[in-house]
Amino acid sequence: MSIHLDYSVLSALQDVMEDEYPTLLDVFLKDSELRLLQLRSAADDRNPDLQALSLTAHSFKGSSSNMGALRLSELCRQLEERARQQESSGLTELIGKIDTEYLTVRRLFNAERQFFID
Amino acid sequence: MLPVPKGLRILIADDSASDRLLLATIVARQGHWVLSAANGLEAVALFSSERPHLILMDAMMPLMDGFEAARRIKAMAGEALVPIIFLTSLTQGEALARCLDAGGDDFISKPYNPLVLAAKINAMNRLRLLQETVLQQRDLIATHHEYLLNEQRVAKAVFDQIAHSGCLGAANIRYLQSPYALFNGDLMLAAYTPAGHMHVLLGDFTGHGLPAAVGAMPLAEVFYGMTAKGYGLVEILREMNAKLKRILPVDMFCCATLLCVNLERRQVEVWNGGLPDGYLLRADRSERVPLASRHLPLGVLSVNGFDPRTEVHPLAPGDRIFLLSDGVLDTSDSHDQLFGVQRLRDVLAANLQPDLLIEEILHALNDFGGKARDDVSLLEITATDEVSDSLPTLTYSDSGASSPLDWSASFEFRASTLRRFNPLPYILQLLLEVHGLRSQGGALHAVMGELYSNALEHGVLGLDSSLKHDALGFARYYEQRASRLEALQDGFVRVSVQIEPMGQGGRLTISVEDSGDGFDAPYVLNLEPAEDELYGRGMRLVRELSRQARWSTDGRTASVEFFWE
Repeated sequence: MSIHLDYSVLSALQDVMEDEYPTLLDVFLKDSELRLLQLRSAADDRNPDLQALSLTAHSFKGSSSNMGALRLSELCRQLEERARQQESSGLTELIGKIDTEYLTVRRLFNAERQFFID
Repeated sequence: MLPVPKGLRILIADDSASDRLLLATIVARQGHWVLSAANGLEAVALFSSERPHLILMDAMMPLMDGFEAARRIKAMAGEALVPIIFLTSLTQGEALARCLDAGGDDFISKPYNPLVLAAKINAMNRLRLLQETVLQQRDLIATHHEYLLNEQRVAKAVFDQIAHSGCLGAANIRYLQSPYALFNGDLMLAAYTPAGHMHVLLGDFTGHGLPAAVGAMPLAEVFYGMTAKGYGLVEILREMNAKLKRILPVDMFCCATLLCVNLERRQVEVWNGGLPDGYLLRADRSERVPLASRHLPLGVLSVNGFDPRTEVHPLAPGDRIFLLSDGVLDTSDSHDQLFGVQRLRDVLAANLQPDLLIEEILHALNDFGGKARDDVSLLEITATDEVSDSLPTLTYSDSGASSPLDWSASFEFRASTLRRFNPLPYILQLLLEVHGLRSQGGALHAVMGELYSNALEHGVLGLDSSLKHDALGFARYYEQRASRLEALQDGFVRVSVQIEPMGQGGRLTISVEDSGDGFDAPYVLNLEPAEDELYGRGMRLVRELSRQARWSTDGRTASVEFFWE
């Protein structure tokens, strides 16, 4: 199972973003919360929108991998795959796992941010 | 490493806010201006209003995905290249291929490697600039091409003005000429001399297009101008060669055949420099005389080296002269075999109806080459029986106010002058200053021509015209003429002219005296001019066209008179 956060990726991001690094983390966190809401509403038990689910999972997968959150990215990949295969069972459970993983990642990013508050 | 491009306008389209921010920062730090869009619709709208140079496009986006956006943007860009680099975490090959099929020029995978991104942006920009250059050059070429076509139109219009005075439309001439002839370097000219003979030129300039056409114009001027003044082939050839030698660049010249068809004397004078053989086809199909090239083309040799010597052949009514350019022989088939001389000779030999000869040759060429030809020149001149009764009228351009009416002049042309100089155009020019004589210009040319050539050939050179009664003798006559003229050391031809007013008009008296042995004039004058008797013909013409034609008893002096009202 992949790691929560690849610090070499974060290091490279710091080099690129320089002063904007904290802003990037903030944007990612806010964006991710939006994604989770979208995922939950798309996975509505009675009428799951598999298309929307697959697209959102794909997008979330991409942005989390860019930020080094590898396990989160992997979970999103699984969700994307399942939705694409038209499997509507076990979706809520998978989203639950994504939510939990996200909370871990958020804690780690907030810790990161501590180093950059001046 | 190639230089980094100056800041481009780059559009980033991605539905993830953090990805957008990351990319925008990377790209901005590389020195570019960034535009951001969150989906395909926004991307298309931004492209339309800002016209970025390059686009980084996420494949999967809500509202309108990257593929559709790419298609629309490429359609808007038209001929210009706006590189689109797809951003994707798609891994399957099929999905990646879809990016390129949709009009993407490249793709880059997440997570982004800034170095790879920078390198791809630079590479795409090089392509973009290349496309820009190609379009600019294409437009430049199109403009130049239009300009060239216009120049050619103008050149052709000018040339047509020069060429209009010709007589290619005469009843006894048939020809086939490509509509692109002028710009293929092929030239066909025909004009009557004041004495009623016909000069014909078939020319083939090296090269194509404007350079070939430009050489044709001075040549045509010389041809028409000198023919109209009564100059002979030799003088015209010298002048044409000298002119082309002087004005054309070293590697340009004109292969040409020049003819003088003299129906009165029943002969044709020929000079061929560099063209394929022409043919003299006898009416009775008894022989086919090749008119071969014995000289270098016009414009190659300097004045001293140029050889204007012509050949003379007898010409009976119904005989035909046939000339062609090398476009005929050079026609090739699908195996690159050439049509060649032998096939042409086969067609000539097989031809039964003279009227159909040109068509038959054209058919043979079309069949051989597998397609219609538009670059061959063919010319056929038929010797007709009747000499045209009315000689062509000459045109003059002065006002007619000053006309010399009472004067005389005499000339003596001695051996070395007789060898190389034809005095007739100058004497005639002098005589035609008298306005009253102008309407008889043709007759004057014909009579003076006859008297002078009789004085020179029979008188000074002592040639026996009875030699000319058969083809072999004919050739021998002209060989002797050339060699005796070359070797001439003594002898003269004296020409005297006298103009006197008479009543409202006046009288011209011409006498021509030679240094030869003379002949029994009274005897010859009483001979019946037989159908094939060439000897008597000259004197008959002189007596028909002038008044008071007289010969001294010893035959060495001839005199004639002309009157005008």
